[in-house]
Amino acid sequence: MQLNNTKNISISLAAAACALLNTPVQAEDESQADDWKFDTAILYYGETDRVQLAEGVLNAKKDFGEQHIFNGKIAVDTLTGASASGAVAQPSAQTFTRPSGNGQYAISPGETPLDDTFKDTRVQLSAQWTQPLWENVTGSTGGNLSKEYDYFSLGVNGSLAWDFNQKNTTVSGGLAYQFDSIDPVGEAPVGLSSMVINSGQFSDDSAFEQAFNATRTTDDKDKSTVDLLLGVTQVISRRMLMQFNYSYSVADGYLTDPYKLLSVVNSEGMTQDILHENRPDKRTKQSFYWQTKYASDYGIADLSYRYATDDWDIDSHTLDSRFRVKLSGNSYLQPHFRYYQQSAADFYQPFLIEGSLLPSVASADYRLGEMTAFTVGLKYGQILDDGREWAVRVEYYQQSPKNSAFNEPGALQDLDLYPSVDAVIAQVSYSF
Amino acid sequence: MSQVPTLTAKSNYFHGHFFSMASPCELLIDTQDQLLASQLLEQVFLQTQRIEQKYSRYVLGNLVHKINNSDERWVEIDQETHRLLAFAQTCFDLSNGMFDLTSGVLRKIWNFTGNGQFPSPDEVTEALKYIGWQHIEFTQQKIRLPYGFELDFGGIGKEYAVDAAAKLCTRLAPNISVLVNFGGDIQVTQPRRHDAYWQVGIESPHAERYKNSNVLVKIASGGLATSGDARRFIVHNDIRYSHILNPKTGYPVTGAPRSVTVATDFCIQSGMLATMALLQGREGEQFLQHQQQKYWCYW
Repeated sequence: MQLNNTKNISISLAAAACALLNTPVQAEDESQADDWKFDTAILYYGETDRVQLAEGVLNAKKDFGEQHIFNGKIAVDTLTGASASGAVAQPSAQTFTRPSGNGQYAISPGETPLDDTFKDTRVQLSAQWTQPLWENVTGSTGGNLSKEYDYFSLGVNGSLAWDFNQKNTTVSGGLAYQFDSIDPVGEAPVGLSSMVINSGQFSDDSAFEQAFNATRTTDDKDKSTVDLLLGVTQVISRRMLMQFNYSYSVADGYLTDPYKLLSVVNSEGMTQDILHENRPDKRTKQSFYWQTKYASDYGIADLSYRYATDDWDIDSHTLDSRFRVKLSGNSYLQPHFRYYQQSAADFYQPFLIEGSLLPSVASADYRLGEMTAFTVGLKYGQILDDGREWAVRVEYYQQSPKNSAFNEPGALQDLDLYPSVDAVIAQVSYSF
Repeated sequence: MSQVPTLTAKSNYFHGHFFSMASPCELLIDTQDQLLASQLLEQVFLQTQRIEQKYSRYVLGNLVHKINNSDERWVEIDQETHRLLAFAQTCFDLSNGMFDLTSGVLRKIWNFTGNGQFPSPDEVTEALKYIGWQHIEFTQQKIRLPYGFELDFGGIGKEYAVDAAAKLCTRLAPNISVLVNFGGDIQVTQPRRHDAYWQVGIESPHAERYKNSNVLVKIASGGLATSGDARRFIVHNDIRYSHILNPKTGYPVTGAPRSVTVATDFCIQSGMLATMALLQGREGEQFLQHQQQKYWCYW
């Protein structure tokens, strides 16, 4: 006696077993829907003397049965403090006009100029729906919305995932569209226009206002971003999973930060003028991502690497590793280490030299300059018997901007133009 | 052995026990939460009783009894029954007709309790008239059997109950590892919290003769099932016949391994592979090798 397709019998039986069991076991209970699952978290992010952020997140997930899954998220955060404006430190005190044009603020000698202190609250909402479409094909679609005082963002996304090779391989493709609109305090400055600073040269307030308004533009400050995502997830073994992603992203529109500045210095390094930065209106970015997860008897290792490159010439490398160590009492400890490195944008200028040709685009935002950053962290969590879980995470994050071969004239040599930024991140989360 | 479920605290898990489906049934629950463990045990007990009541061929008036006494009339079925029939259809197709839920009528002429009689060729020929899954008609809503035919879910019922119990545990306690063991048919829902594995002994048919021939197996997750004739066989003219009956000849399979244990993702998948291996007779082990699953085969 010969059985049919001998080799495939086990596989066919597994599929038949799934069909037998996946649908409700109890004939009376047809819904099979799970209860809502909630993840909540409170996060604090604090940079030394700079930005402080507090965020609350609520994530709700419900499986309506047969893998029809809804995921909704609401996040509210409050940002206070300031970040580096881009202007260089000086041996003497500096005065800047507030972005609104109403009043001034001063920066002490030797200090890195920060944007004027601001406070903002942001609300983010997102919703995602995922369900099987055809055999082995899962579709997902969602939207998100974010609103803060001077910013509005709206996005939609859709993706398809195709499982094959007995669900050991998943190929996915997705598209996302994001629309952002910024309505800056005091209107957006004209790119590379000089900051109007009232040093008593104006006859009256209206003369200042007129000069200030001349540097402002009321054009729409919108941008749209289209992302294409392609991914492959491969189960290597019962314990190991590998993922490759490629993304291609095009951002179009107003990509400038209306609050960032650029100093023009003379050959002695003394500031002669303060300009509002100006960035290109298009950015094309590609990123390559590889991730491996390995579950051993002692814990789960998660290692990933990302290479990103864009037509602003920012190339970055990110290495991220986590290792979740199982402890007794159903708890775990998870050390985290992340290293990041990027090259400078081609229009990045820590300052401009007086008398040299004014470029059409320039920014002194240190986040566009050469830098390295690392994060070290530790998370402790406990999984309770009924599926609830709580965790606490503490991380230290340091960004170290670098001078990418810009000569520092005169006084600038004695000043720290590339101060590092230290931050502490603390999070408490609870899932139920 | 008690009909009522009992729960015992072990060093770092709970052990639940009851008797159903003609087998000792146990749950090993990897938790310290006694309330949760007792709820799981209670729910699994109720579900298992329900499945037994519904699909046992010894319960008067249940669904199987109605189907088997329907005199060629259509009988209404529910979704769960349709899924079991569809599964049986798959097994019938995959085994080229060797796995057949209608072959239970052979039990009327074969008695494997040890001193059973060997039936006459006429008796076998008569019984074969009422065997043949291909003659069963069914849809999602109803089923019709030819006159004299009977369905016997015995070949898949226990494994199904094990997988259904595991699924119920996963739903009620998604983060807890539970080992479901109904008379040696086993399913583990997920790895345990600490050392990941449950340890399970597989009884060797030679255990009575050789003390250490039993194998200790570690299971982190997945299913395990054993099929064999360790205690149920018939000897006639010095030939040992297993209790695995060939539905095409009406006679027991000869030359088959004494016992086969298979480990796969699901208990019922393991159980079908083990049964099909026995149905292959002498080629049983060769069949298992082709499946590329872990197995233990005793001759």
